[in-house]
Parts: sequence; C-alpha cells; structure tokens
Amino acid sequence: MKRQLPLILVFVFGTLMVIQYFVPHENSETVKGFLLDWIVIIGIFALALGLWSLVQVSVAKINSRKENWEYPLVTLASLVMMMFFGFTAITEGASLWSYFLAITVFLIALWMFLQGFMGQAANRNMKLLSGLGLLIVFSLLAIFDSSWEFKFYTAEGLTNQMFVHFFDYIMIPLQATMFALLAFFITSASYRAFRARNLLATLLLIAALIVMLRFTPGPWGEYLAKTSAWVMNVPNLAAQRAIVIGIGLGIVATALKVILGIERGYMGKG
Amino acid sequence: MEFTTFLWTTFAAFLTLAVFSFLYKDNPMYKFAEHLFVGVSAGYFVIILWHGALVPNLFKKLADGDWYLLWLNASEWWYFVPFILGVMMFARFFKKSSWISRWPLAMYIGISTGLAIPLEMANRVNRQLWAMMEPINWSSFWGERYLDIGSGYSELLIFVGTIAALVYFFFSKAHTGAFGAVAKFGIWTLMLGFGASFGFTVMARISLFINRIQFLDINWGQAAFDASGTANENYHAGFQALFWAVWLIFLVYAVFEFKKYLNSKDKPSQPESTQA
Repeated sequence: MKRQLPLILVFVFGTLMVIQYFVPHENSETVKGFLLDWIVIIGIFALALGLWSLVQVSVAKINSRKENWEYPLVTLASLVMMMFFGFTAITEGASLWSYFLAITVFLIALWMFLQGFMGQAANRNMKLLSGLGLLIVFSLLAIFDSSWEFKFYTAEGLTNQMFVHFFDYIMIPLQATMFALLAFFITSASYRAFRARNLLATLLLIAALIVMLRFTPGPWGEYLAKTSAWVMNVPNLAAQRAIVIGIGLGIVATALKVILGIERGYMGKG
Repeated sequence: MEFTTFLWTTFAAFLTLAVFSFLYKDNPMYKFAEHLFVGVSAGYFVIILWHGALVPNLFKKLADGDWYLLWLNASEWWYFVPFILGVMMFARFFKKSSWISRWPLAMYIGISTGLAIPLEMANRVNRQLWAMMEPINWSSFWGERYLDIGSGYSELLIFVGTIAALVYFFFSKAHTGAFGAVAKFGIWTLMLGFGASFGFTVMARISLFINRIQFLDINWGQAAFDASGTANENYHAGFQALFWAVWLIFLVYAVFEFKKYLNSKDKPSQPESTQA
C-alpha cells in the first residue's frame, strides 16, 4: 500500500498518457485536458510545501539568533507584503496610510503567531494571545476601512499599485542585476576556459572570439558579421542539434525507467 | 518625474548598487538585497499561480454555481478530486502519515512522464532529425556569397557535424580507428558550438550589465538632476538629496571597511606557538 500503490499509479497514468497521444479521438483529448489540469493543481499544492519550508527555515534561523539572523526577517516581511498586495485592491483615490497601518498590524500579528507556534521561548502562550489580539484589530481595520478590500477570487490584486511597484522597482531590478553580476564571473571563467592550451581549447576560443567581437563596436565590418552568423548557424547548429537529440533521448529513457518502476527516487525513504 | 516615482527609482538604484557591491565581498547591503529578492519573488509567484492557475483551473470550476453550495452545485464537480489530491500533499507535515503524499506525487509523476515520452520524441528528437534530413543544396554547393548559410557545403557540414557529435556521445564502443576519427570531428564541432554559445552568453550578460549602468545613469542619475515636469520645483532638491544619500550609504560602508583594514594591519601578527 505504502510503496506498491504509488508504483501502480505511475505505471497506469504514465501508460495512459502515452496511449492517449496516439488516439485522435475527442474523448482522448478530454481526458488529456482533464489530467493536465490535475497536475497543475497538484503542482501548486506541492509549491505550497516549498513556501512553508521557506517560512520554517527563516523562522528557525531567526530563533537561533546566530550570525545574520536579522536577514530572514526581510525575506518573511517581503513575502507577506507581496502576497498581501496581490490579494488586495485599493479604492481609486484612497489614502494609503490606513492601508499601510493594516499591513503593519498584520505583519506584527503574523510574527507573534509564528513565534507562538514555532518559537521555543517560555512565553509562547503570551505571544499567541498577542497575535490573536492583533489579528482581531487587523480584522476590524479590514472590515471598517473602505479604502481597500481583499480580492481572492478576482485578480484585481495584480493591478494593485503596490504590487506593481514591488514588481517594477524591486523584483525586476534585482533579477536583472543578479544576472548582470554574472558578467564579471563569466568573464573570469572565460579567461580560464579560452586559454589556447590545445586544439580543442583553441577552437573554443576562436568561436567565442568571433561571436563576441561581432557585438562590439570596431572596424570589423561586414565579414565578421557574416562569419559570426555562419558560426552560429552552421557548427553551432550541428552541435546544438546533437545535444538536443541527446537530451530528448535521455528524457525518454528516464521517463521509461520511472514508468516501469526502475527509478523510484521520487518516493523518498520510508 | 513624480517624487514618489523617483523614490521608488532611488530604491531600485540602491538595490542595483547593493547587488554590485558583492564584487568587493559579501556585505550587509548585498545580504539585504538577496533576502528581499527571495521574499518578493516567492510572494510574486504565489500570487501569479493563485490568480493565473488555481482560481481558473480549480476554484472557478468548483464554484461556478451558487457560491454557498460550492462544489455541490458546480458543473464540473469532479475537480474536487485533484483538490483532495493536492491537500493530500500536506500529509508530509506529519511523520506518521507522510506516505499518503506519495499518491498525488505518483499521479503527478505518472502523468508528466507519460506525457513527456511522445512529446519529447515528437518535438525534440523527430523534429531535429527531420530538419537534418532536408536535401542538400548541390546546385549551389559553394553558395552565392562569403560563408553562405544556405550553401550546399554549410548544409553538408551541419549534417556531418551532427552525426559526428552524436557518434562522440556514443560511449559503448571505443573511440578508435574510423569510429574514433568521426568522434574526433564530433568533438571539434561540439567545441565550436560550445565556444559560440559561451561567447553569446558572455555578451548577453554584458548587455544586461550595460542596461543596469544605463538605468543608474539615465533613469536615476539624470532624473535626479532634472526635475522638469514635476508640479513642485522644491522637489528638485529632494531628488538630489536622495541621490546623494544613497551614495553616502556606500561611502560610509567603504570608509568603515577601510578602517577595519587599517586596524587589522596595525595589529601585531600572531606569535608562533611554542611547544612546551
């Protein structure tokens, strides 16, 4: 039951999905659509586990009071705030002060609760009660403040100006800068990789130089542009094609191993 | 630019500089930016998945009738099954019943692997093989211009290069003799491909870096010194004050680090331990 049933489920659903691909019938398509919706839903619930794990790790780090314990507070606060903004809509022209007050009360209440549940302090009950009290204050604010409201069922939160600002001025700059930072590390890595020690490294160096010089201003002219395009579209295409075929065959082989119960790593221990 | 917009832009500039400060070493500003990124990204994806996937794929299907009857009155009530399966994932929280979470996981893996087999074959393997089997342009073998991509020799090189690279990945036979020669040509092709891809990636990262510098210069720096278009002229001073405040934070940190370095230099070196 504990180990056999999952193996049977993988085999049955795996085989079903392979067969349905070759059955061009309306019912087959319906089953496929339905099962695809299933895995989206199950996948989202699995992501909730990941989210909980992030919260648990952060709270444990804060409670340990070890070096740099303050930073997970930033993670938790930004996580809750982003979710709060995504689930709320602000009435047009409304003042934001009461909205921010509500968020602050909510953050403190949540923190008290988390401390009460997961903390090891002696005054756990006190913290739980404080959290509950603050949650009641927050609920009253939410009920009587008409400048904003929760929207769980409709996606107004996606156009909430705070949600948009957090995305535009925090997430996008950070994401772009994190990748831009790689420019420095990849340059030092390329110095090591491109050293012409033997024929293979020299080929790597030549191809990379041609492609990189193409994107730099200089007296390179049309010939370099054409050489670069040729390198990208002929030898690079051949290499990438072989790799893609290899990856495709690898995925199929692994999928077969999973369906046939040879690969069981997903079940974990126990 | 409105003052609030500039305030947000200044915060974005601070975060940009904070991430770049990692080039010196791991520091409090970078740690702050890193943890903020984790939290905001996680929150963002929760919201996107909720509004973009969970509501349309589950909630709206279970509550399209009168909301107080929920799934009992829904036209697609059978969506309650994946909901239950999803909830079963939470059995992981309890050690004794954690095995229950294997059922939805097994269904997820079964469906996705079963789907992957024909799709991978059709979309990756077969499509690449079809593209490789296009007839070679023998009528214009050397092409019409310098390094013509559509010429016969280019197409022949793609065909031979792909076969050779695949031969290189075949490790069940020793790479000796004619087989070894083909494999050697395969590794040459792969090296040219890796070099081109790596060079392309380097340039992509550098263009991202240029974009961030342009943001600091144009969107932030120039905006700080050009308050035209704002309703209140006094904002001009506020813009510049914010601009210099951000630089001051980094300057203070640099001085702090420099002082730390000088102090460590002044300290006498540890005497060699003497064994009794």
